[in-house]
Amino acid sequence: MQRAGRIQHAPEGFLDPVQIAEVQAGRRDFLRGAFMAAAGMAAGAARGQNAGDPAILELPEHSKALGQPVAARGYGLPSQFEKNLQRRESPGLTRVGGSSVSFTPLQGLFGIITPNGLHFERHHQGWWDIDPHRHRLMVMGMVREAKVYTMDDLMRLPAVSRMHFIECGANTGMEWGNVAVPTVQYTHGMLSCCEFTGVKLSTLLDDVGFDRKNGKFVLAEGADGSGLTRTVAIERALDDVMVAWAMNGEMLRPENGYPLRLVAPGIQGVSWVKWLRRIEVGDQPWATKDETLHYVDLMPDGMLRQYSSIQECKSVITTPSGGQTLLDKGFQNVTGIAWSGRGRIKRVDVSFDGGRNWRTARLESPVLPKCLTRFNIDWVWNGSPAILQSRAIDDTGYVQPKINQLRAVRGTRSIYHNNAIQSWRIGEAGDVSNVQAY
Amino acid sequence: MTWGKFILAPFFVLAAHAGTYPGVGRPATPAEIAAWDIDVRPDFKGLPPGKGSVAEGQKVWDARCASCHGTFGESNEVFTPLVGGVTREDIKTGRVASLKKPDVARTTIMKVSTISTLWDYIHRAMPWNAPKSLKTDEVYAVVAYLLNLGDVLPDDFVLTEKNIAEVQARLPNRNGMTRDHGMWDLKGKPDVANPPCMKDCIAEVKVGSSLPEQAKGSHGDLSQQSRGVGPARPAAPATAVSDTTLTDLARRKACLSCHGVDHKVVGPAFRDVAKRYKGQDGIEAKLVEKLKRGGSGSWGPLAMPPNPDLPPADASALVRWVLGL
Repeated sequence: MQRAGRIQHAPEGFLDPVQIAEVQAGRRDFLRGAFMAAAGMAAGAARGQNAGDPAILELPEHSKALGQPVAARGYGLPSQFEKNLQRRESPGLTRVGGSSVSFTPLQGLFGIITPNGLHFERHHQGWWDIDPHRHRLMVMGMVREAKVYTMDDLMRLPAVSRMHFIECGANTGMEWGNVAVPTVQYTHGMLSCCEFTGVKLSTLLDDVGFDRKNGKFVLAEGADGSGLTRTVAIERALDDVMVAWAMNGEMLRPENGYPLRLVAPGIQGVSWVKWLRRIEVGDQPWATKDETLHYVDLMPDGMLRQYSSIQECKSVITTPSGGQTLLDKGFQNVTGIAWSGRGRIKRVDVSFDGGRNWRTARLESPVLPKCLTRFNIDWVWNGSPAILQSRAIDDTGYVQPKINQLRAVRGTRSIYHNNAIQSWRIGEAGDVSNVQAY
Repeated sequence: MTWGKFILAPFFVLAAHAGTYPGVGRPATPAEIAAWDIDVRPDFKGLPPGKGSVAEGQKVWDARCASCHGTFGESNEVFTPLVGGVTREDIKTGRVASLKKPDVARTTIMKVSTISTLWDYIHRAMPWNAPKSLKTDEVYAVVAYLLNLGDVLPDDFVLTEKNIAEVQARLPNRNGMTRDHGMWDLKGKPDVANPPCMKDCIAEVKVGSSLPEQAKGSHGDLSQQSRGVGPARPAAPATAVSDTTLTDLARRKACLSCHGVDHKVVGPAFRDVAKRYKGQDGIEAKLVEKLKRGGSGSWGPLAMPPNPDLPPADASALVRWVLGL
C-alpha cells in the first residue's frame, strides 16, 4: 500500500487510558491513526486525503503576526509549556514544610547545569531573603586575629569559579529497603549542579593567619534559625572548599543561601552551610546535631557511622525514567548523569537487560572533578520489555555498586549514602516504572 | 610637607591590620565574638556556666516544648520521638541494644552520643519557631528534664557545667559511634566492591521490588510532572488536583505546614473543618478571630498557634475558602 509520506503528530500532553489500552492490545499502528485524528486532519481531508500536516499547511499565528517586544519581562521565565517542571515535595516525607526537602525534576533537565529556579532545597528552619548589606562573616577560633567581613569585603577578594554537584546525603534514602517513589525526581532529585563563584576558604584562613600546626578542623555555622553547624576537615578546607555568593552567573537564590554559602565539593549537602555567618578553626571535631543525631549511618550491628561526609560515585538514567511512557519502538537516545565526590567520572556503562550485559556510554564534555557528567547512549527499542540500568566508574577505579551489594554490608536502615545502581523497567506499552533489579 | 604626611598615613593604618589583602575585613570585637561563638564541643569547650533542675525543666518543657514534642517527649505528630527505646542495661554499656532491632523507631535518646550535642542544639535552634529564645539556665533545665524523661537522670537532679561530664558518662549511646569507614577521608577505602563485568554477568535477573500498589497515587498527578514533548510522555493522568490562588496563600502563610486540604497533618483537614462548621451562624467571624488569637485545642492536644500578623483581608479570604470546601 502506497503512503504519501509518514505523517506523524504525537499526542499532546499524555497518552490517555484509551490509547494506552490500544497499545497494550498490540495495536501500535492505531497510534499513528489516532495521532492524525488528534491533529485534526479534517482540513487535510477537505483538500484530498493525506494532503499534509495542518501544523504545516495552515500557517500558525506566530508566522503571520508581530510578537512581543524586548524586555517584556525584565527577568525572563521558561515557556508556559514547561510548567510541569517544578521542584516538588515528596508527600509524607516530613510533616512540616520548614524542615523539609524539595526535589529537582531531573527528568526534564539537560546537560549538567541545574537551572537556579529548580535547584533542590533542604531547610531545617525555613528560608529567608536576607539583606546582603547587613550580612556578616566572622572567621575566628585558632587564628592570629579574628576578623569580620561584609559582603563588600568578600566580593573584593580573589574570586574563583568552579562547577560542582551538591547532593544531600539522604538522596535515594527512602529506597534502602524497597522501591518507594515513582519518578527520578523523587528517587534522585536531592541533587543539583552549578557553577559557583566565591572566594576559596583557604584565602580567608590565610588572611586571618590560622594556626597551621594545631588547626585540624573547621566549623561552619549558618545565620538562619537553625544556626546549622557542621565540622569540615582542614584538608578539605584548604583544598577546594569555597565561600560562595554566586550560582550559575547570578547571586545565590534566597532558597540556596543568599548572600553567602559554603561550597564543600564532594561532601554531602548538609555541610554546604547556607546563609553562612561564621567559620571557626579548632583542633577537635564538634559533634554538632547534624553529624551526631542526623546524618549518621545506622549499621546492622547497631553502631552509627559518624562523620561520613563523602558522596561516593553514583549515576542514574534520567530519560527514559519512572513515570514516563515511550511513544514508540525504534531509535531512542538514552541519557543520564553520573557524579563522584572523590574525583572525575572515568566511564559509564548502561545495561538494557537488568544487568546481564553492558555497553559503554558516551560522556559529554566537560568531565570535571566532583561535578555532574552527562552520558548518552544509542538504543533501538524493539518493543520487548526491558530493564535499563547505568553504572558509573570514577577515577579511583571504584565502581557504583548494586543495591544488594550495599545492603549486604550496610543493611537497610542506613538512610544515608545510597549510591546504588538504579533500574527502570520498560513494559510492552512503553510505560517506565521504578524497580530494583539485581 | 603636608602632602607627604597625608600619603603615608593610610598605609600605616592598613599595615596594622594587613592580613594578605589590605583594606578587606576588620578585626572582630570581643562582644561580636561572644554574640556568635555559641558552639559547645564534646569536651565542653564553649559551654557557659549555669544550672537547671529537672523540676525547672518541666516548667520550661510544658510551656515551650510540649506542643511539638509531647508532654513526655513521646510525640510523633510534628517531629519524631525524643525518648523511648532505652534500658538500664544500655546506660551501663553505653550502647543502645534496640538499635540492632529492625522494627524499633529510632528516638533521639537512643542515638545521641554526646550531651554537648543536646545542649548546643537546644540552645541554638529551639524552640523550632523561636530559636535562641531560651536563657542559659533554661537550656540546662530542659536538658536535665529531657534526660529525666529518658530515665537517665533522677527527678531531683540539678544539671550544671560542673557535673555535666558525669552525665555524659551515663548517656545510653555514648559508645555507639564509629569512624571506621572510608567516607571522611578523600582517599578513604570504600566498603563495597562491584567488579565491572560487561557480558553474561548474571544468570537470572531478580526484580526484588517494584512500586507498591498503595504507593501508586502517592505523589500526585504524574502526568503533570514531566515535559509533554520529547522522546517520552508523562504517565496517564490521575484525578485532577486543583490549585487555586487561595491554596497558594495558604501555603505562603504556612497553614499547609499543619493542615492538609483532605487529610490531617498536625491540625484537622480543611474539609473536616468545613464539615464541622457548616451552616453555623457567625462562624466566619469566629474563625477569623481564632486564626488571629490561636486555637484552644478543640480538635486535639495541640492548639493552633496565634497568627497576629495575618492581614484581616487574608484571614477572611482563607476562612471563606476553607468553609467552602
